[in-house]
Amino acid sequence: MKAQAVKFGEKLVPTKEFLAEGHSFCIGCGEALALRLACKALGKDVIIANATGCIEICTSPLPFTSWRVPWIHTLFENTAAVISGVEAGLKTLTKKNKRPVRDIKCVAIAGDGGTSDIGIQALSGAFERNHEFLYICFDNEAYMNTGVQRSSATPYGASTTTAPAGKFSIGQITRKKNMVAIAAAHDIPYVATACPSYRFDLMKKVRKGAEVKGPAYVHILSPCPTGWRYSTELTVKIGQLAVQTGIFPLYEIENGRYRLNADPPKLKPIEEYLKLQGRYRHLTGEQIERIQEMVNEDYAKLKKKVAASPM
Amino acid sequence: MADELTWKDLEVGNIIKEAGNASFRETGDWRTEKPILDKEKCVKCALCWIYCPDAAIKPSEEGYYESDLYYCKGCGICASICPERAITMIAEEEK
Amino acid sequence: MSQRVALEASHAVAEAVRMADVDVISAYPITPQTHIPERLAEMVANGELNAAYIPVESEHSALSTCLGAAAVGARTFTATAGQGLELMHEVVYIASSMRYPVVMAVCNRALSAPLNVWGDHSDAMAVRDTGWIQVFCQNGQEAFDLTLWAFRVGEDPKVLFPVMVHLDGFTLSHVTEPVILPEQSEVDRFLPRFQYPFALDPDKPMTHGAFGPPDIYSETKLAQEVAFRKSKKVILQGWQEFGDIFHRYYHPVEEYKTEDAQTLLLTMGAFTETAKIVIDERRDKGESIGLISLRLWRPFPFEEFRQAVKGAKVLIVFDRCISFGLGGPVFAEIRSALYDEEPRPKVVGIIGGLGGRDMSEEDFDYVINRGREIAEKGSDRILETVNIR
Ligand SMILES: Cc1ncc(C[n+]2csc(CCOP(=O)(O)OP(=O)(O)O)c2C)c(N)n1
Ligand code: SF4
Ligand SMILES: [Mg+2]
Repeated sequence: MKAQAVKFGEKLVPTKEFLAEGHSFCIGCGEALALRLACKALGKDVIIANATGCIEICTSPLPFTSWRVPWIHTLFENTAAVISGVEAGLKTLTKKNKRPVRDIKCVAIAGDGGTSDIGIQALSGAFERNHEFLYICFDNEAYMNTGVQRSSATPYGASTTTAPAGKFSIGQITRKKNMVAIAAAHDIPYVATACPSYRFDLMKKVRKGAEVKGPAYVHILSPCPTGWRYSTELTVKIGQLAVQTGIFPLYEIENGRYRLNADPPKLKPIEEYLKLQGRYRHLTGEQIERIQEMVNEDYAKLKKKVAASPM
Repeated sequence: MADELTWKDLEVGNIIKEAGNASFRETGDWRTEKPILDKEKCVKCALCWIYCPDAAIKPSEEGYYESDLYYCKGCGICASICPERAITMIAEEEK
Repeated sequence: MSQRVALEASHAVAEAVRMADVDVISAYPITPQTHIPERLAEMVANGELNAAYIPVESEHSALSTCLGAAAVGARTFTATAGQGLELMHEVVYIASSMRYPVVMAVCNRALSAPLNVWGDHSDAMAVRDTGWIQVFCQNGQEAFDLTLWAFRVGEDPKVLFPVMVHLDGFTLSHVTEPVILPEQSEVDRFLPRFQYPFALDPDKPMTHGAFGPPDIYSETKLAQEVAFRKSKKVILQGWQEFGDIFHRYYHPVEEYKTEDAQTLLLTMGAFTETAKIVIDERRDKGESIGLISLRLWRPFPFEEFRQAVKGAKVLIVFDRCISFGLGGPVFAEIRSALYDEEPRPKVVGIIGGLGGRDMSEEDFDYVINRGREIAEKGSDRILETVNIR
């Protein structure tokens, strides 16, 4: 008998892979890792709607599929609408006794482009209509599938193929769109950030998001060795540094209450995170200083929100 | 595989009914380096298992976690996160 | 007992959707389609219809929502017009390629710019290649009948294609006429429950919408085309069954006074009724003239069409759309459909009725007279038009 789960102290993680091996994500892909963990957290009773992007392309080249759960992909920008239909369809068919009562989680997954740019309208609509679904954004901070073009989630100072660093440009000249705040502004019951380097935290949040009544949003930083230009073995380390430097804090917003899940007494200098990645290689000391200020500012803002949230 | 199929072999709407059939696909041939596990050093913490993006590391009968080289793409995450440094990456030989 | 009631055509569509016991409706308002979703929302609110009405934030999402619902086995309906159909264009292709039998009413509307909310067939023609079964209605009764029939055909396990029911914006959508509403029991006899064989289900996990690299994409398209052509059989069977139960029979090509007609006029949609009056007058005067109307637009009814025009000398195609740089799109298709026929009528095309411009009996008189003239002498104009200054 094969073990059903692997034990980590008290924690049990199922050995079952809902995302089959043999997918074509790049070597060392953090999005693949985040997805694998998310699928373990979601389990079997789920229907997943996927936006166009690395995940979709790497898991479904006809006639092969990596999916061991029901999965649907239609287009790039409409994933939240598709999952709205799945949810409404299941609910109505159950209400009309056309299918048995059964708890099936409706989950939409998309990249940062599919979420914070082209899909934001459909997502906002689905939040506002209060469908019961979990939306997971796998944020690798650019349009990776089409060749590392900038998105609104690309951080300030990163070089991408459509906002390249050059003599007259630092690369991305805008600040990363705060998609988490946008989701939270819909007053949905659960919003969280996660990172695969913090595996149990990620799985816990995905599970929570799937179980909560009403819409939920989990935003997962997904390090991408190809687009961020770092050595493939560093995926987990880079994710850790993103959290430890405060550029990507782990937090939850439950019914409007902010809570930091990891609050190191002292943040590591942002340079430690930036220097491992080719997309930041062009930055001068002064520019890194500027980014450090931004991180400090954003982190302070977040801590204020946490402090203002009743326990 | 795909190039052997004709239009008659496709399901309505190109639906795939065989869940997870991608596991037939070999991705091990992408590799330039492969992980070698030193069982003497391994403490069976399973960190390598949980952090493998390719689900290529499998629990073995004796409780170790071993790479299935049919899938392992050789990223080296396992070697880099192993707290005991029980995994080393070595160059893949020319076939 | 069936009832005869005065109904606006839009409401007739809504009645058909209600009697079909649809599960999920998702729509976004646009003139002249609004009366359909409004009436459906009201039915759901009043409990006349047990369905989810999803007031989405765009047409793109309206159809996308229907796809999601259809994928779990729900019967789905949406409606749109003009710009709305253009905005959902991308999704329109998906519905047919992934074989979700959504039913959509389109209250045909002109396309901007300049903005115009009135009727023509530009929106319909922009989606003619999308792989939906498409039919045109001429009156309120047909709007009801064809909507009901659309579910029966689209959801047939041998078909599984979406169906578009075109009704002209305002000139049909907003017109009130007597409509015969059948008994629910008759409807239930005609329309079985939707049993989608590939529903997304954790117990039988399937992958919908896998991506198609070059080594397989062509095969997917060929499979789609073969299945689409084959749907014709069920289309005809559906109309036969419809007639057997409701005593109104429909055909892919409707013929009106075509026996031995030397001249044929071809129209689609609501103006057909006006054109018929002109045909009647001319027949009374002893002219050898008839009318054909394409009810089934896709899959194109080659056989029935060729049969219908056999023996005619002149075929005048009236288009309500310009395919820029080409002319009338229906005209171009009709001419191509007859190219291999020997003998074949001389085919000429005239364009009019754009953006809500009315077509009077006099206008159709002009179409017929000018059409014959072109057939005889040819035309030196860039575009042959009627009632355009
Ligand atoms: C309407 C439309 N526009 C553009 C594209 C091209 N496109 C496909 S995936 C993609 C980028 C995906 O980026 P993201 O959502 O961040 O996912 P990632 O690939 O980075 O995981 C783009 C631009 C498309 N498929 N559809
Ligand atoms: S481009 Fe980045 S996110 Fe996409 S598969 Fe490769 S490593 Fe993963
Ligand atoms: Mg991305």
